[in-house]
Amino acid sequence: MRIFTLAAITALIALPAAADEKPVQLKKAPGLDKVEANCQACHSLDYIPMNSPFPNAALWDAEITKMIKAYGAPIDDADAKAIAEYLKKNYGS
Amino acid sequence: MITRRRLLGTVGAGVALTASGQKFARAAGVGLTPGVPEGVGTVATMEALSGKKPLIKLSYRPPNYESPLEYFRTPITPNDQFFVRYHLVDIPQVDPKTYTIKVGGDGANTPLELTFDDLKGMPAFEVVAVNQCSGNRRGLSNPHVVGVEWGYGAMGCARWKGARLKDVLEKAGLKKEAIEIAFDGADGPVVDKTPDFIKSIPTWKAVEESTLIAYEMNGQPLPHWNGFPARIVVPGWTGTYWMKHVIAVNALTKPQGGFWMNPAYRIPVGKFPLRDRFISQENAASTPITEMVVNSLITSHRDGAKVSAGKTTVSGMAWDGGYGISSVQVSADGGKTWAAATLGEDLGRFAFRPWSFNLSARKGKNTVMVNATNKLGQSQTSELIFNPAGYHNNVMQSITLNA
Repeated sequence: MRIFTLAAITALIALPAAADEKPVQLKKAPGLDKVEANCQACHSLDYIPMNSPFPNAALWDAEITKMIKAYGAPIDDADAKAIAEYLKKNYGS
Repeated sequence: MITRRRLLGTVGAGVALTASGQKFARAAGVGLTPGVPEGVGTVATMEALSGKKPLIKLSYRPPNYESPLEYFRTPITPNDQFFVRYHLVDIPQVDPKTYTIKVGGDGANTPLELTFDDLKGMPAFEVVAVNQCSGNRRGLSNPHVVGVEWGYGAMGCARWKGARLKDVLEKAGLKKEAIEIAFDGADGPVVDKTPDFIKSIPTWKAVEESTLIAYEMNGQPLPHWNGFPARIVVPGWTGTYWMKHVIAVNALTKPQGGFWMNPAYRIPVGKFPLRDRFISQENAASTPITEMVVNSLITSHRDGAKVSAGKTTVSGMAWDGGYGISSVQVSADGGKTWAAATLGEDLGRFAFRPWSFNLSARKGKNTVMVNATNKLGQSQTSELIFNPAGYHNNVMQSITLNA
């Protein structure tokens, strides 16, 4: 079995699972590149606005921790920090 | 790390995203449930998956699509209107010619492998049963909680046909020490560290006569998006146990220890009026979700609908965890006075029970509420029983009709 690193497959993963998947454009702001590079390997980005704007900062932190610890998302610390800032500023309460 | 197999499985039929994307499709024409988080309106769209009528798309990948209110006007939900819910994104098209179900585990004496033909060759049984996502109405939680923000539509009722799970377990030589029966489906994660979706039920529930490995839904093969070629059907219990594309059934002498049994799909101990307990998975604080709580929905009218003053018929569905609906009460004055609705066709204790009520609409606003009671005497709540995952929301619905 060949194993790909996340970075190596990021470009490929921008291909959706179903032919009818349309792009989900999130708010353009600092950190969006990290969100796009990390989050959509495992889920479409509509999950983020769907869960907004109610989460406070602690709730967004808890979500990112859950993605990494419970779901095994390979996100490095610097990216996790940038993603947290982005979500809190743009999709938080 | 992402495996090549998973990667290919995920992108196989893909089309490229446009570089810049599009503006938000606002929820124009999407009949969202009042009360869901504001952000749902920016991503929800009416979209048809292959073989499906348009459903309310909440997320593309994994696909989570709920049925609009209007699809619940008959006690049987047509296959192409039935909601879709997945946790993981690698969802293969399963070939029934090579499909098998491995039946075994340390609680089985004679492990075996069933082909699709083997399964269909076993004695067949039918049950009409509601399949409702544990998180149906999560979007109405107050305060809101994180997850797929379902409105009313993560449910449906179908006539399921299949082999009894009990018969399959007997073939595999079920040991008396087996305390749980665990299921795995063909779908999987894209990252190899993401826990595979594996669920178990207590053996006593698995051997009930209505618990099936179903291969037909409303007289047709299961739709791909609802678990083709075969899925587990656990009447009365929430959808999390109804494993789609089931490829493994394992009898276990110890509790299944995976993420999807704990911490996922848990409710606080003692908070809900439930009869069925899943003791082998229970701890002091939490327990797996089991049977559905008694519930109802007005499906003839949306909140804010215009009606003519005078006689108006309001109708909908009621259901519970399999005890059966005994009555549905309706109030046309915001809960001050209540009267019994007329119950419709009884398709069995696990099915949607239709009801209808003639009210006299007064000029102006009419606040219509509904409250179902089951044969155990359980009724819906007026206040939300809050829990962190947003499960078991059976707050009595209240809508305004404007005459």
